[in-house]
Amino acid sequence: MRYIPHTDQDIAAMLAALGVESVDDLFAHLPEELRARAAIDLPPGMSESQVRERLTALARANQVGPDTVTFLGGGAYPHFIPVVVDHIIQRAEFATAYTPYQPEVSQGTLQSIFEFQSLVAALLGLEVANASMYDGASATAEAVLMAKRILPQRPTVLVARSLHPQYRRVIQTYLDGLSGVRVVELPWGGDGRIDLTALDRHLDNTVSCVVIGYPNFFGVIEDVTRVSAAAHQANALAVTATTEAVALGLLKSPGALGVDIAVAEGQSLGIPVSYGGPGLGLFACRERFLRNMPGRLVGETVDHEGRRGFVLTLATREQHIRRERATSNICTNHGLCALAATVFLCLMGKQGLRELAERNARKSHYTRDLLLQTHSCRERFAAPFFNEFVVEVPNARAGWRRLKEQNFVAGLVLEDWYPELKDCLLLCVTELHTRAEIERLAGELGVRGQGSGAG
Amino acid sequence: MDKQFDVLRNVLTDPRPPTLDPPRKRAVLDEPLICERGSPGRIGYSLPADDLPGHGLLPDLPPDLCREALDGFPEVSEGEVVRHFTRLSQWNLSAATTLYPLGSCTMKYNPVVNELVARLPGVAQLHPLIPDECAQGALELLADLEHGLAEISGMDAVSLQPAAGAQGELTGIKLIRAYHQDRGHPRKKVLIPASAHGTNPASAALCGYGVVEVPTGPAGLLEAATVERLVDAEVAALMVTNPNTLGLFEREIMQITALLHAHGALVYMDGANLNALMGVAKPGHMGADVIQFNLHKTFSTPHGGGGPGAGPVGVKKMLEPYLPVPRLVREQGGYRWSEAFPRSIGRVRSFYGNFGILVRAYAYILAMGGDGLTQATRMAVLNANYLRKRLEQVYDSAYSTPCMHECVFSDDSFRHTGVKTLDIAKRLLDYGFYAPTIYFPLVVSGALMIEPTETESKETLDEFADALLAIAQEIQDNPAALKDAPLTTPVSRLDETRAARHPVLRWEKR
Repeated sequence: MRYIPHTDQDIAAMLAALGVESVDDLFAHLPEELRARAAIDLPPGMSESQVRERLTALARANQVGPDTVTFLGGGAYPHFIPVVVDHIIQRAEFATAYTPYQPEVSQGTLQSIFEFQSLVAALLGLEVANASMYDGASATAEAVLMAKRILPQRPTVLVARSLHPQYRRVIQTYLDGLSGVRVVELPWGGDGRIDLTALDRHLDNTVSCVVIGYPNFFGVIEDVTRVSAAAHQANALAVTATTEAVALGLLKSPGALGVDIAVAEGQSLGIPVSYGGPGLGLFACRERFLRNMPGRLVGETVDHEGRRGFVLTLATREQHIRRERATSNICTNHGLCALAATVFLCLMGKQGLRELAERNARKSHYTRDLLLQTHSCRERFAAPFFNEFVVEVPNARAGWRRLKEQNFVAGLVLEDWYPELKDCLLLCVTELHTRAEIERLAGELGVRGQGSGAG
Repeated sequence: MDKQFDVLRNVLTDPRPPTLDPPRKRAVLDEPLICERGSPGRIGYSLPADDLPGHGLLPDLPPDLCREALDGFPEVSEGEVVRHFTRLSQWNLSAATTLYPLGSCTMKYNPVVNELVARLPGVAQLHPLIPDECAQGALELLADLEHGLAEISGMDAVSLQPAAGAQGELTGIKLIRAYHQDRGHPRKKVLIPASAHGTNPASAALCGYGVVEVPTGPAGLLEAATVERLVDAEVAALMVTNPNTLGLFEREIMQITALLHAHGALVYMDGANLNALMGVAKPGHMGADVIQFNLHKTFSTPHGGGGPGAGPVGVKKMLEPYLPVPRLVREQGGYRWSEAFPRSIGRVRSFYGNFGILVRAYAYILAMGGDGLTQATRMAVLNANYLRKRLEQVYDSAYSTPCMHECVFSDDSFRHTGVKTLDIAKRLLDYGFYAPTIYFPLVVSGALMIEPTETESKETLDEFADALLAIAQEIQDNPAALKDAPLTTPVSRLDETRAARHPVLRWEKR
């Protein structure tokens, strides 16, 4: 086997050194009843070319661009990835190292995580960011748990129903079984933003935090300032979850809008959609909550000669020290994805991330305008949006199916996610969509719909 | 004649290195933060061509929604980015550069072909919300992987959703809680051996359970008699790692799991050390009801400087109804995702799992086959025993019990010299090796926990053993000198107290 170096002579020499007859002898102390049934019934090993053929065949059975055009977002966003990103993260010195327990020979990983924390803190507009979480959804659940640690006497968590449904489900799963917590779902108002009357009605001294999407699942940009102010009025914390991190290149940062804990899915920042994982959980908060933060942190320090260096720090919050009293059970995070995002953000820089975000907004607004011009499509929500939006189309599912037959996936049929949103499509448009694709989408969705009872 | 020419002439005629003042900047060692590089207005990106009419018009977003400039973001060229990160990479030791013997982390060779297949367009560019009929290749792969992991572990069903080992633990304990809840009472406690990884108690606590620590016996093993004293009707489960973190097979595992089951409790097996068991013993036959697989350990996916990994869970039949949704189901005409499992615990993350990592693990299983996986385990155990044999004359083996895939030493034999495990670990870096896991497990004083894995050759093991033996000699000769190690790394020992007392966690413009 090409991954195992042992020759028969090596094995013989090692067994002789051990003073045993055979490799089997090393397992003689295991119960016989276990050993007798342990054989693995899987096919024999494959050569490299066979592995490549099998995987290539499976990959070809999936539909991706350019043959299939999709307008899908909903928590995973295809964006252009500069080749440099993958070039750097494939360097074995980064890819095949582990959590930097020995800082003297891990400065590459440690400094790049410090840079990641710096960039994420700037992007989210908060003082401290951690070294990454698994994804946006679990990071949101961790934010809720953190709010509960800060305000242990307050059992209620207010969650906007317009927060990504999978994120809501993960919050629920993480909270199940913990005593003294309940989740209350808040409706959206007519323009797609959180219903402020309902928010104000539910905000009292039992609430630990309010969680909203920014933008929310419908792509709509919430009035975060108003939500934060309301939360603070009740001495509760404001939490935002951003599924599309590119939006933050253009929109005000959560921190600037008064948010206490901001999380995001960082997949948009140089990480392929890869059928939903691995992604990247971004997590940032106000400095005063630092000791309650989950996850690893890298800090700056000096070595014996006074040279700048970086180490894992504040580990007394973590499971390997604090065990059952840790702030989280997280150990391995998404380090290499954090590196990809760091390289991506460095390449895009101050100017590029803004330009990328503006391009996304322009393309999606152009698409929305074209669709509305067809008269059969109606804008569902009036509030401003970033690169995703909801249109109401007569017989949306039929139209969606017809387009799919032509290898055109016209976003998500929202009724599958929200039964109350009939005949609605959630469309996402990024810098990767061409004008021709956009115009074809508008033509197909619009023309057939005309005269079939729109509005 | 200028000085530069003198130096050059010396190089040409004199084999001894020329005398120079040390440079103020060291070529390989100094690299500023990226935010300290660059210049205003410099860029390192290009966007796809803008093909919209009305070039450059801003969308109709109210200006008050738009942010301030991205202060603190770098302004650097593409070449500067490549150089910066290439230089940083050179400060790392990694499993590709050297033996990286971190115990319980299984730093085996990460096959390069796995990187290739994970980047195929049909893999990397597949959108998770594409209709199932457009993702049949992905679904078939996942179904095959579920089957493979179940076969290797002797479990009945597998969920690939958890993102990492610790999330697998969380999922597993949630499953156990749901099972007990369905029978009327979730119970209150989880038994966890003192030698367990810290994620075990942290995961149990996250599910609302109290943790009861089970002491380890004199042989480093869990004893059925001890477990029997602690188990009662409020115990939901035992979380047990087998082989345990001392690298020892739990010899009373069958009696212990039977005890738990007799009290209506379940057994969670931490699969972090599955590399010691493939083809040799199946957790499902030992009485394990749930196990998590660390694909970045046993199944060769790269550790990435700390992830992403993947932590699928395998369960016995009676826990299957509680597995996270969506679940993969097979129907006429292919596979699809189904949410129709009303007793499911829900979801622990978005979408279906760390697909890119799952693909790599699948490619590994294909390359190895059943026999190859068995051989991996056999050689991993041979390597660990061989290293232990070479070292135990000088280093105190924590327990005399035969070891599996890793071996643990204590610092007892050096304590009188003032040298600590930390010093030995730091000195190993000077010999070009990464250090073992140190000060874990907590039940061994000054633990040095060494896991060589099966992908290291006998020569490498000998070099590593020689280095540790040479260090032992250094301890005899000049113990004080070890306090200065490492001497050859980009930085010397770092002031961790200062980092924690005065946290500097991001770059700020000074």
